[in-house]
Amino acid sequence: MRRKLYLFLGLLVLASLVLVGCQSTSSEATSAPSSGGNEAEVTQAPAEATQAPAEASEAPEAKEVTVTIGFTQSQTGKYNEESSSQTQGLELWVKQVNDQGGIKLSDGTVVKFKTVYYDDESTGDKVQQLYTRLITEDNADFLISPYSSGLTSMAAVVSEQYGKIMLATGAASDSIYTKGYERVYQIYTPASRYLTGAVDLLKSLDPNLKKVAFVYENSKFSQAVVGAAKDYAEQQGYEVVLFEGYDPGTTDFGAFINKIADSGAEAVMGGGHFQDGSTFARQLYEKQLDIKYLALLVAPADNGFSELGDAAKNVVGPSQWEPSANYSPESAKAAGLAWFGPTSAEFAKAYEDAYGETPSYHAAGGYAAGLVLQKAIMDADSVDPDKVKAALDNMDLLIFFGHIKFDTSEDAHGLQIGHEMVYVQWQDKDGKLVKEVVWPKEGATAAPVYPLR
Amino acid sequence: MDALIRSLIDGLLLGFVYGIAAMGLTLIWGVMNVINLSHGAIIALGMFSVYLLFTALGISAYIAVAITAVLGLLFGIVIYFIAVHRVIDAPELSTLLATYAVNMIIIGVGTSIFKTSPRNVPLDLGSVHLGPAVVPTTRLIAALVAILVAAGLFLFLKYTRPGRYIRAVTDNRDAAEIVGVPSAQVLALSFGLGTMLAAVSGALIATVFPFTILSGGSYELKSFVIGVLGGLGNPVGSLFGGLILGDIESLVPLVMPTTWTPVLEFVLFVVILLVKPNGLFGGEE
Repeated sequence: MRRKLYLFLGLLVLASLVLVGCQSTSSEATSAPSSGGNEAEVTQAPAEATQAPAEASEAPEAKEVTVTIGFTQSQTGKYNEESSSQTQGLELWVKQVNDQGGIKLSDGTVVKFKTVYYDDESTGDKVQQLYTRLITEDNADFLISPYSSGLTSMAAVVSEQYGKIMLATGAASDSIYTKGYERVYQIYTPASRYLTGAVDLLKSLDPNLKKVAFVYENSKFSQAVVGAAKDYAEQQGYEVVLFEGYDPGTTDFGAFINKIADSGAEAVMGGGHFQDGSTFARQLYEKQLDIKYLALLVAPADNGFSELGDAAKNVVGPSQWEPSANYSPESAKAAGLAWFGPTSAEFAKAYEDAYGETPSYHAAGGYAAGLVLQKAIMDADSVDPDKVKAALDNMDLLIFFGHIKFDTSEDAHGLQIGHEMVYVQWQDKDGKLVKEVVWPKEGATAAPVYPLR
Repeated sequence: MDALIRSLIDGLLLGFVYGIAAMGLTLIWGVMNVINLSHGAIIALGMFSVYLLFTALGISAYIAVAITAVLGLLFGIVIYFIAVHRVIDAPELSTLLATYAVNMIIIGVGTSIFKTSPRNVPLDLGSVHLGPAVVPTTRLIAALVAILVAAGLFLFLKYTRPGRYIRAVTDNRDAAEIVGVPSAQVLALSFGLGTMLAAVSGALIATVFPFTILSGGSYELKSFVIGVLGGLGNPVGSLFGGLILGDIESLVPLVMPTTWTPVLEFVLFVVILLVKPNGLFGGEE
């Protein structure tokens, strides 16, 4: 009896040891940060290490500092597509700045960068856990936002709590920046100015069209965009015949399409993110809805949208940036702004060389966030967060992504007030779909095609 | 009026697909009193089966649906012998937990392989006009396949020897065993047929809508509502239940915001349970 008991206890101990072992290996496996760039936190410049001791004491201390940039990426879940592009853009900037020898500060310090990031699975709960971890365990110096307004607003709570500077790219909702946060800075044009240009474009194409339907995702970002666009459309004399949201993750738009048909709308605007937007466009096409104009958020600007084929044709979408956007040192001069970084063409080429695809605006946004941080550190001549914050507050410059200037008022600190949207349309060029910039007129690469079908 | 007809047709077409998903659930319940909580996961596997056969191997989507049906049947029999057979005579909670465990295994493995990113079977067959409604051909075919499968199941249960065995076991397992019906095999076959229906419905949904490995969950919930609507254990009732649910989903948005649809569905669920627990279509106790 006693032997059996010992045997049982022994087995129990063994089993728990195995379990503990499994747990620690599995947590290591899942928690291993995806790290790019330099691993060492602070390393001496290699040249110095080979110098003779006598010389070393005379030479100035050329210290190399590695700044850790923390963020989460939606490697899985519905934001996967946009988020991955954003990360690729940022990683390209990190690689370029490190390859060029980092940023040299006036005291001789060389600043290099490395990234630490985790998969947030496109969910808000994960984001808060992981940003806390990035700050407390990985000692991230600066943060980049996750993709999407919803996730960024979750991350901002954490970053602000710990007093970390977070550059928010891929997060357009205005409300994030009106909560009194002091260290969150927006790279994108805010949601309130996202679709207003699409209304202007429609007006220029067909002054007689009056009935507009808004069908949008019930998410923070889309609601902000569409709410503002609806007000603007009504100011412009449009009759909004349908204004309704759908749940995130909706796959069947049949009911909405029937409602649109019933409402007599001639133009449809709305959408949300890539997945639902492209499904919506596909089903609108399959149901052959008789509308003249379709403008959707996010999805049309993404290159993957063209895979819809005919369903993508002539669909208009706002874009934060396009490779053909013509921002250059000359246009900076003309606008009386300082210029910084590569031109659009240089960025697009570097991105294509690195990843073999044309950069989407999400990718450009990721790169731009890095570039803005780089410029702020250069202006501050320090990596001290307070000095970098002051530099960001004073920033007013043109980069390949467009005009960057932050609101510094108490009500909306960090809100982007410089940057403007462009509007793209997928046009049929000899049987091949090509993304053209059609609005504003100054930046257009082709005339808009109207009506939709 | 046009809007009404359009919505009605949309709802009916989708309803057939919902219907066969629910038939799978209710068949298993009727034959062996097992609530199959791996139903949603198997629907999702059906989706991915078509997706992989179509995109990776280039097999025609509807042949892929047929292959998925066979795989679903075999998979169900395997699940039965591994997870359900040993606890078939235990209290219902045991089989509930056993199938839930199967569900967790499938979802866990599926998530790690496929991630939760949305997938799409890029199938464009154009659209057809049915009165005032324009219907994508894929939806029409999905509904037709669902009708064929339902009819096939009906004939199978009615006229074949294994079908009669299944009905005998449903009515009274002990008596069936006494007269020589091999009940273990019959139960395994029933479970296999149930999962086959789930897999086929998932396969058909995949030809119409985008999906993730987690998408099965919402269709499983719908199957429960439909099952209760049509009477648990009554496969034919399920088909009608599916049509009712499909039409609720397409008609309700005409009069109120779409977000209210699930609220109404589940209110109906509770009301039916309270007022007519055997379902709208009989199912005598």
